[in-house]
This record gives sequence, C-alpha cells and structure tokens, in this order.
Amino acid sequence: MSDHLLEIKDLKVSFFTPAGEVKAVNGVTYDLDEGRVLGIVGESGSGKSVSVSAMMQLLAYPGRVVGGSIHFNGQDVLAMNAEQIQAIRGKDIGMIFQDPMTSLNPVFTVGEQLVETLRRHTKMTRAEAWQRGIEMLRLVGINNPEQRIKQYPHEFSGGMRQRAMIAMTLLCNPKLLIADEPTTALDVTIQAQIMDLMKRLREQINAAIILITHDLGIVSDICDEVIVMYAGRIVERGTTDDIFYRPAHPYTRGLLRCLPRLDSDGSEPLEPIEGTPVDLLALPKGCAFAPRCKNCMKVCLTQQPPVFQMGEGHISMCWLHALENNEEVQEQ
Amino acid sequence: MSNAPLFEARNIVKNFQVGGGLLSKARYVHAVDDVSLTIEKGETFGLVGESGCGKSTFGRTILRLYEPTSGQILLDGQDITHANMRPLRKRMQIVFQDPYASLDPRMTVGDIVGEPLDIQDACSGKEERRDRILELLNLVGLNSEHMNRYPHEFSGGQRQRVSIARAMALHPDFMVCDEPISALDVSIQAQVINMLMELQQKLGMAYLFIAHDLNVVRHISKHVGVMYLGSLVEVCEANSLYRNPMHPYTQALLSAIPIPDPEVSRSRRRVVLEGDVPSPINPPQGCKFHTRCPYAMDVCRQQRPETITVEPGHTCACHKVKQDLGL
Repeated sequence: MSDHLLEIKDLKVSFFTPAGEVKAVNGVTYDLDEGRVLGIVGESGSGKSVSVSAMMQLLAYPGRVVGGSIHFNGQDVLAMNAEQIQAIRGKDIGMIFQDPMTSLNPVFTVGEQLVETLRRHTKMTRAEAWQRGIEMLRLVGINNPEQRIKQYPHEFSGGMRQRAMIAMTLLCNPKLLIADEPTTALDVTIQAQIMDLMKRLREQINAAIILITHDLGIVSDICDEVIVMYAGRIVERGTTDDIFYRPAHPYTRGLLRCLPRLDSDGSEPLEPIEGTPVDLLALPKGCAFAPRCKNCMKVCLTQQPPVFQMGEGHISMCWLHALENNEEVQEQ
Repeated sequence: MSNAPLFEARNIVKNFQVGGGLLSKARYVHAVDDVSLTIEKGETFGLVGESGCGKSTFGRTILRLYEPTSGQILLDGQDITHANMRPLRKRMQIVFQDPYASLDPRMTVGDIVGEPLDIQDACSGKEERRDRILELLNLVGLNSEHMNRYPHEFSGGQRQRVSIARAMALHPDFMVCDEPISALDVSIQAQVINMLMELQQKLGMAYLFIAHDLNVVRHISKHVGVMYLGSLVEVCEANSLYRNPMHPYTQALLSAIPIPDPEVSRSRRRVVLEGDVPSPINPPQGCKFHTRCPYAMDVCRQQRPETITVEPGHTCACHKVKQDLGL
C-alpha cells in the first residue's frame, strides 16, 4: 500500500455518444500528498474536469470509467457503492465548482445548506451546526455572517457565493479540496480576492488542493506542482518552476508563449499554437498534439510517445526527448 | 476632410429603464454615464473594465444599436447621432463576443459573410459576390471548402473568424470588437489577436477593442480607457498606462491580474480591493469608486471628480491624483 493521499493510475474515462466513443480521459496517472497544491491546466475538452468528476463518482451519463484505478486515503474509490462514496463526498473531499450562480440551491438559505452538510456528516445538533456555519463564513471573509447566513443565495454577489461555496466545502475539514475553475466566472478584482483567500486557507487547513484552470497566471500564483493535459492525456508534469522555467513539451511551451504579458513591452507579435483543438471522436493514431506541433516528426504521427523523465518529478510525453537522448526510435 | 478624428464620442449617456409599470416607479440603470473618447484612423482604442461597467453598452451605443440617452456621436467630424444609419453601416461594424450565438445556425458560412453585401447591394452579380466572399474567407484564414458549411461544423475560433469576415465584408473604417476572444481557448486567442492586428495593418481599420483581459488589451491597443460603473476613470497610451497607472482603480485592476511567472507572482505586492462593484441602478454619490477605494477622502464621497490631464494624452478622474499633482 502506498502512502499518498490520492493515487490515480492509468485512469480512462469514455463517453459513449451516438456519434461514437469519446475518450475524454485516456490513461492519466498522478498522485498527490497532503498539504500540496496541484494545478491541472488544459484547454476545454482536454479532460481536466472529467478526471476529477470520476474521482467523485459524479460522471454524467453517458460517461463511464473504462479503466484504471483511483485510491483515496488507501481506499479504492471506484469500487465504492453509492453510500460509501457519499460518506466521503462533501466530508473528506470538498469540491468547488466553476459557477457559483448554479451550484447553490436557490430555494434554501445559505445557512440551511451549510447545516445540511454538517448534519449529514457529523453528529452535531442544529444549533452547533449553525454556529459552525457562522464561523466558516467568517473565516472566508464574509462580513456580518450572523445576518448573512439567514439570506438566500440570490442576495449574495458572485464573489460572495463563491466564498459561501468554499465555506461549505471546509465545514468538515476535508483532506482534499478540488477547485474546478473557481474564478472563471468572476471579475479580476474578485478573482484576486478569492485567490488570496485560497492562499490563506492553504496555510490554515493543510488540505491537499487540486486546482483546475485554464489560466496559467493563477497556477503560477498558488500551485506547487502542475499537470498539463491535452486530449485526455498528461503531456507534462512537474513543479511549478519546472513548467514555467524549464517547459519540455512543445504544447506547454506553446501555451506559455502565446500569452501576452504585462511585463513585456508588447511590441512583438504573439506566437499562437496553429490549428484547432483535437476532435476527441477521431483521435490521431500517434501523438494527439502532432497535427498542431511545430516540431512534428514522422514517428509522432504513428506512435504514441512514451513518458520521458526530464528530472526529479518532471515528466514529459514527447518524441523530441528521444532525439535529445540520442535514442533509437523504432519506426513501425 | 479636415483633421477631425475618424470617430468621436462626446458625453455619451445611456440609461435603461427598469420597473415603471402601473405600480412601481421607474428607475434607471445608469449603464454609460458621460463618456467621451476619440479614435484616430487605423488605431486601436482598448476599453477595459469589469462586467457590468458599461463597456459593451458603450460599444453598442456608439454604433446606434442602442439609441444614446444623450450625447453626440461623430464620424469624420459629422454628427451621426440622429442620422439614417443604413448607409453608415458600411463604415462601422461590430464583432460580438459569443461566436456560438452571433451566427445564424440555418445559414451557410458563405451566406453569412455575403449577407452584408446583399443588404448594401455591393455586388453586381453572382460571380462577383462569390469572389468577394472567397476573398474575405481567405483573409481570415478560411477557404472555399468552408463556404457551403454551416456554423455548427466549426470550432469556436473558426466561428469567430467567420464573424470577423462578415464584419469586414463592406470594408469598414471602424470596427467595434466586443470581447471577441473571451469565449475562446487560450491557444486560439493568440491566433485571433494576431489576425486582427494583421488585418488592421493591411486594411487600415480602427478598432474599439472591448475586453476585460488587460494583458490582451495592452498588447493590441494604442490607447486604453478604463471604465468603472459607467464612467471612464482613466485614459492613456497603452504602454504608459501599464508603467504609470494613476487612478487607484487602474492600479488595483493591474495588480489583480495573475502573471504567468512564479517568481514574479510570489514577489509582487498586490492591492486587493475590498467588496463588490455597487449597483449601477443606485451608484454611489461623489466618486463612484469611493466605496472600494483604499484612499477615499471626504471630498470623494461628496463631489464627483473632474477629468484632469496628467500629461498630454493621459487623463484621469480622481481627487487624490489631482491633489497629489497640486492641480
């Protein structure tokens, strides 16, 4: 048995649509320890959200896990029945969704929703749960929580709803916090408030955090490690410094280069990644990024690249590294 | 033509009525509140601000897609505030934010791009129309095989290209780009930005580029205006705005942007604004920003700050800036 908090091995998730099998997650392996913050970056459709939905058994029909394993705290998550997973969901694993407008129930007060979570997972009385709810709202920076807790979600602004969501996930002291694009629906000044809050909480609660985002700026701000996903696979994984200062995979490099930056003078044109995102219904035979890759070689079109170790904890999936290592590449 | 700027907006105000039926008193959303700006031929003016600050409403109002409540719109020095817009549409066009909503799903891409030509009777025959459409598609990086396809067959980035081709069909001098890249993936955003900049160089169009992403706006714009709750709080040349932001809101906005560089983001000091944007139905008295401003003084709560010129081409509406400069 391993001692990682979370261990995902070769996870495969497919959606069986009328048009065919969509391989949304196609062999993803990673692990996470307590107190670490992992960023998962990728474009829409790269499988970053689906991989964590699978972890929570929240996959929507027609999605299904077709291979691999997920272990949380030593337990096999995929083998759990509904009751067992419900005992973990919301307690040991908290989740913050992208859209705070739709993830709170509009017909219950914020307080009722907070209390419901606590009463479901602990033996607290209503009064105790209510007090704990107020404490949590205060912790996430909501002013006047005694009054606010009695209000309905529509009386909260977007930023406050996201704070309430965060408060809700923190109620039961989760071991793992999953934040799926927590600030995408918010304005930059509100985003800065939420990111500040997450950084503060990170010190206070010692939970592991998975932050899913498409914004590399947010990743650089808070994450220890970063996974870059493309077409359902991890193309590169490393520490935040590895990814930003020593990016190995052409896709990661492309992502970093195509961003306009505030601290450059902005005169040189951007370097976009050419082409369009891959069609998951018709994945290419070789590397999925090959059709858009500037360094594409013959082998890339026919064979999936293996994992190359770039350094301590830094991996990249690209045939270029074989060339750098002077390895023989067997053409098939 | 005299040396009037290509486009000028003077004291544009746009209110929307809310309520005001039989039982309730009419109230107004002050979406755009006294905004003036000028745009020269072939240059890009970037307009930034948070959601609800009125930047999109302003963009639509100056094209008269909304009628302004008051104020003047001038094109080549001529007042078009009440003019018949049909002939002027040739010169002023718009690209919308959401390429999934702004293209008719039942029209082929060829017809979508050709529609402005039909409406304005710009082509003499079918041949010419076809050639023009092809030329436009090529200009935005699409080709003849895309002509007979429908919007649903395209990705978001490609749809936005179609949108841009349609806007350019009549060779406009001035184009409002209303968050044209916000709905696109990062790797595709750069493609569209580069394309817009190339087209500008080739064809000499002026853009009003509306966005909430300051990095992108700075990259593409010559001048940048920052809006807050319907008012323009600061206008400046793009590079110096980023070097030397004067208005406290601009400063906060700039420091709120995450920078994709771990060392920079670990070391920099950030101004994090408290609270939320107040409602535009009932905007705060005095300076609208005083409820969130870290430097708010008594005068800010009572008196609306006038727009002062900090240096040529750099204006700012803030009591503190005025005081600090001894103006």
